Order: sequence, then structure tokens, then C-alpha cells
Amino acid sequence: MAAVSVRNLRVALGGQPVIEALDLEVADGEFLVLLGPSGCGKSTLLNAMAGLLEVSGGSIEIDGVDQTWASPRDRNIGMVFQSYALYPNMSVANNLSFGLRARGMPRAQVEERVQRAAALLQLEPLLARKPAQLSGGQRQRVAIGRALVRDARVFLLDEPLSNLDANLRASLRRELKLLHQRLGATMIYVTHDQVEALTLASRIAVLHKGRIQQLGTPAEVYARPANRFVAGFMGSPPMNFLEGTLTMNGGVPHFTAPGCEFELRDCDFGAAAPMAGEAVVLGVRPEQLRIAAPAAWSGVVTLVEPMGNHQVVWLECGGASWSVLAGSDARHQRGERLPLALATGSICLFRADDGTLRGVTA
Amino acid sequence: MNKPAASPAAARRAPNPAHLALLPMALTALVVYLGSMLWSLRISMSSSRSLPMQDFVGLAQYQRLFANERWLHSLHNLALYTPLFIAASLVVGFLLAVLVDRQARAGGLLRAVFLYPYALSFIATGLIWQWLLNPELGIQQAVHGWGFAGFRFDWLVDQDRVIYTLVIATVWQGAGLVMAILLAGLRAIDADILRAARLDGVPAWRIHVSIVIPMLGFSFATAALLLLTAAVKLYDAVIAMTQGGPGTASEVPAKFIMDHLFGRANIALASAGATIMVLTAVALLAPLLYARRRALRASR
Ligand SMILES: Nc1ncnc2c1ncn2[C@@H]1O[C@H](COP(=O)(O)OP(=O)(O)O)[C@@H](O)[C@H]1O
Ligand SMILES: [Mg+2]
Repeated sequence: MAAVSVRNLRVALGGQPVIEALDLEVADGEFLVLLGPSGCGKSTLLNAMAGLLEVSGGSIEIDGVDQTWASPRDRNIGMVFQSYALYPNMSVANNLSFGLRARGMPRAQVEERVQRAAALLQLEPLLARKPAQLSGGQRQRVAIGRALVRDARVFLLDEPLSNLDANLRASLRRELKLLHQRLGATMIYVTHDQVEALTLASRIAVLHKGRIQQLGTPAEVYARPANRFVAGFMGSPPMNFLEGTLTMNGGVPHFTAPGCEFELRDCDFGAAAPMAGEAVVLGVRPEQLRIAAPAAWSGVVTLVEPMGNHQVVWLECGGASWSVLAGSDARHQRGERLPLALATGSICLFRADDGTLRGVTA
Repeated sequence: MNKPAASPAAARRAPNPAHLALLPMALTALVVYLGSMLWSLRISMSSSRSLPMQDFVGLAQYQRLFANERWLHSLHNLALYTPLFIAASLVVGFLLAVLVDRQARAGGLLRAVFLYPYALSFIATGLIWQWLLNPELGIQQAVHGWGFAGFRFDWLVDQDRVIYTLVIATVWQGAGLVMAILLAGLRAIDADILRAARLDGVPAWRIHVSIVIPMLGFSFATAALLLLTAAVKLYDAVIAMTQGGPGTASEVPAKFIMDHLFGRANIALASAGATIMVLTAVALLAPLLYARRRALRASR
């Protein structure tokens, strides 16, 4: 049974459709990450699931019960907001217990739940403080605690780490993953950070313009992106693209672009057989390239970004901007022409017209 | 020799352009307000009648003032009026602000009804209220017209109730002011906090009582401050609606002072009254200012 299932959901804000005909099934105990750029409707979708926004069509089922029109308090959902949204005039303890007390839960039980959440999140020394006296990471933990005390089966987290600095983000990310393993609850986690998505998710739903572009495990989404948007959004630095056409050479499909011809060995084109002259876009990830002969491509160095344990070398390659990873001790000069060879992994081909995936090499 | 280019002390001594620009204003305020206050204080210790005199009679005018039945009545009326006016304005203003904040469409109408009067002189709105409350012309007459002959609403001419008509009429404007101030405060509250409370299952009234009102502490203190000064200055509503009557049932200190300054040619007594009012206002405002600063610090 799906913990959350969203069918044909439509949400409009201020007369503008933000989410159109969205379907999503989240399994019980899953850690689903909704990934998408800022403004693509992630918060809107989460708020609609929580009942904080009125939907204009479709249905939302939680734990097998249709909750499309239920009030937020009856959905048994815990939510963590991007801005923490703690009650500023209440102590940490009261922030945790306010909702329970407002629902008329017996005092002893409230106390027990607060203690349990505080212990789990190491909040005990902070219980008497006001939110203004906490650091960003502590506030975020309180916000998570406030969602936990509800004993909800489904948690919605809206960019919970995006307001934190990089180190804290990484450590809270690990804490969240451990918390999920310990609780076994369903988590729907919104982020625009693909690293968070790749590290946390059991499945990723990539959202763009109010539509799910692809839904799959992190490995699937990374290796077989459904379209150019997903390919460009996942991975840092993003996938390299080169426009060209398909040609047949001795019965074997080739990718051809000015100054470059490349054999597509064992390429899975799906149902439609490759045709000579098809306009396609080739996609290859930076880590799949090596600076070495024999060159499949070549490019002129425009920028070198040292990253500590490696370097990102940016090149001008057939009119497109490409990046390739190099060892930290490599020395490359601006203006230098470098040969690029394919090292490992599969290459993606996208249709030039609508950007959907055309084929993947083995 | 390297000179200390920008030591903190030098920076403090250098004239701040913003302060320089404000200097004429500050000087005017100092000379006009403080000057006239000191002048009133001086006059209140003289035996001046219609023209200022330079003699010194100590606190004799203050003794006369507090022996004056009409002055005591004015103070009593004001003491009755002020808490009612402030409390009612805050409550009505808060409810209006919440309504306007909730519903953008009804908001436009409410804003017009309660804010535009604030831009008008109270002489104008006061006259309208006087017609409305006048038993021969206004609400009472209208209800009689609908066939309810027993209906009575004659507070305007009732010695014991007239002060409440002043409260009703001035709360209309006071609530508009409170609404404007609280609305700004409400808009500044993170909508996610209210969403979190809804998700927590907190009923709407409890969200307002336990979260919204405490978060508006600074706005409430600011509004109360402005209402208090308005209450102490209460004058034009009385002139427009009751002229202090019936009898002396709606006399207020500001009117007493104006009457003695211009009507009864007793500027020494008027000055003594003005001095008392300034002292009262300061005594009342000081704790409010303090509370407001605490609320500001708490909201940071
Ligand atoms: N109250 C609103 N009225 C109209 N449009 C809105 C409103 N709130 C958000 N939007 C629009 O809806 C889109 C999705 O917003 P949101 O869900 O907050 O994006 P995300 O969380 O993915 O950054 C944005 O393009 C935004 O401009
Ligand atoms: Mg968002």
C-alpha cells in the first residue's frame, strides 16, 4: 500500500496553474526526494499534500485514505518548513508541545513525547531556550522535532537544509538519513540540491515547470536521464552536450558533428530503429572523459577550477562549453588545445527537437 | 609618520550628514516645544489674566485649579474615557486587521470605511456622529420610523452616558489607526509559522491568541502609545459633538485649557492645567515606551 498517492493533481496559485496533472506514488517507508530548480512548484506540491493549499483538481491519498479535502490537522503529517517557522515567542519545549497540548493530549503523554523527540535530536540542553537564542542547525533540529512529536507516518520536508552553511548541511544530511533508517517512516523531501537528492533518496522525482520529468532511483536518474533537462540538472558539473546527426556507417550508427565522428557501439535505441540523418544531441558526463589520445573530441581550455582533490577543466568544444575532470596535479593553460577520449560509462543521445532520451550506449 | 586615518573617536567627532540635515528640525522642536512648555510653566506661576504678567505667586494657580469643580470633572471624564477608548480601539482595530489580512476583497472596503475618516478632520466626522446620535435626527428617530416606538438611544443627551458616545465616535478613527499599524505587523509574520500551527492542529483563535498577538507586541505598544496621546489631547470630538455638555458631563482637560486660554482670559490657570496634562502624559507614556522597547528587543 502506498503511503502517499497523488493522482492527476492540479494546483493553481493566483489564477496561474503551477502544478498540472501530476501523478506520484510514494511507497511506505520510502525516502522520496522531489528535486527541481527554484520556482518549479516543489513547495506548492508539498503544501497541497499537507492540505495547506486548496487543490483545483485530482486526489491525494494518505495511508490509503482519500484526504484531498481533509483539514491539515487530520492528515497525520509532520512537516518541516524551509524557514523553520518556529513559534518565536515560545521556548523550544513549548514549540514541541504546543500542537499536542492544543489537541488536548494528556500532560504526561505530551511530556513523554517531547522528551523522546528531544533525546533523539539532542535537544535536551536547549529545551528552555527561545528560537532567537539558537543557531541555524539547532533551529532546524527543533523544527524536525516539532514534526516528530506528532508520531506521524509521513513527513514532508521543504528544503530543510538550504539555509545552513555547507559543513552543517553535510552533517545534518547524514543525521536525517540515520533518522529515517531509525524511524522507518515515509519521508518526502524537497530540495533544489542534487547532491542532497543523490545521497538521501531511495527514489528521486525530478520536477520542472510543475511536471515530474523523471522518477527513479538516484542511479537510474543519473545514468539514464529521461530528457536534457534532467541530464543538465543532475550532476555537478553538469553533463556536456554536443549537437549533431545520426549517420550509418557500415550498418553501425555513428554520431556525427563538425570535426567529430563517433561510433555508437551497442546503443540501445528502444523501439525505434536509428535512421540516418536524425538530428540528435550527444550527452556525456565530465567524469566519463579523459584528457588523452586517441582523441574522440578536442577542445580549447577556457577556465580551470581547482577543487582540492581534483580540478574541473572547462573547454570550448565544437561551439559548446564542456567540462572534464583532471587530477589535482595536472597543469593546463588557458588557450591550450586538449584531446578528449571517452574513458568509461554510457553515452546518452537526446532528440534534438523535444530533448527526450533517444538512446543510451552500453 | 602615519596618521590615524579613521580612529573610532575621530569618526564620532566628525559631523554626520544625516544629523546635520536634521539639525534645523531638531532646533525648531527644541525651541518651539520645550520653549513653550517652559513658558507655560512660568506663566502658571504668575497671576496673569488675559495678558502675561511677570510676577510670581508660587503654586497658587494649581491650588485654584484643583479646587475647580469643572477641572476635576474634566479629569474624571478623561480617566473614564481613556482606558475605554484605548481598549476598544485595540480590540476593534485588531479584529479589523485580521479580517483585512484574511480576505483581500473585503479588505478594500474595510480599509476605506476605517482609514479614510482618519484622514478627515474630526470636526467633520464628529458632526456626522452628532447627527447619527442625536435622538431627534439620527438612529433613534430612524428606528422609530421603522415602527419601534419604544426604542431609546439618547446617550448624547444623557449626563451619565454621553462620555460613551465620545468613545464610540472616536474609536471609529482610533480603530482605523490601530488596524493600519497591526496590518503592517501581521504582514511581516512568516506565513509558514501560521501554516505550521494549522498543521499542528491549533484552532484559529488559539493561533491568534498564543502566536500572533505575542508576535505583534511591538505593534500593539506603538498603537497604544499613539492612542494614549490622542486620548490626552481629546478636544475636537467634544467640540463637534457635545461642546462639553449636557452640563459639564463631557468636559475634558484640553477643552478646559482652551476655554480658559481664549474664552475666559485666564492664561495662568490654563497654563497650570496644560502643565498638569504634560506631566500626566509623560508619567503614562514612560512605562509604555519602556514596554515597547522591550517588545522590540524580544522580537529581534
Ligand atoms: N501566492 C502565489 N500566487 C501566484 N503564484 C505563486 C504564488 N506562490 C508561488 N507562486 C508561483 O508558483 C511557482 C512555484 O512556487 P513554489 O512552489 O514556491 O516553488 P519552489 O518551492 O519549487 O521554489 C513559482 O513560479 C511562483 O512564482
Ligand atoms: Mg520552495
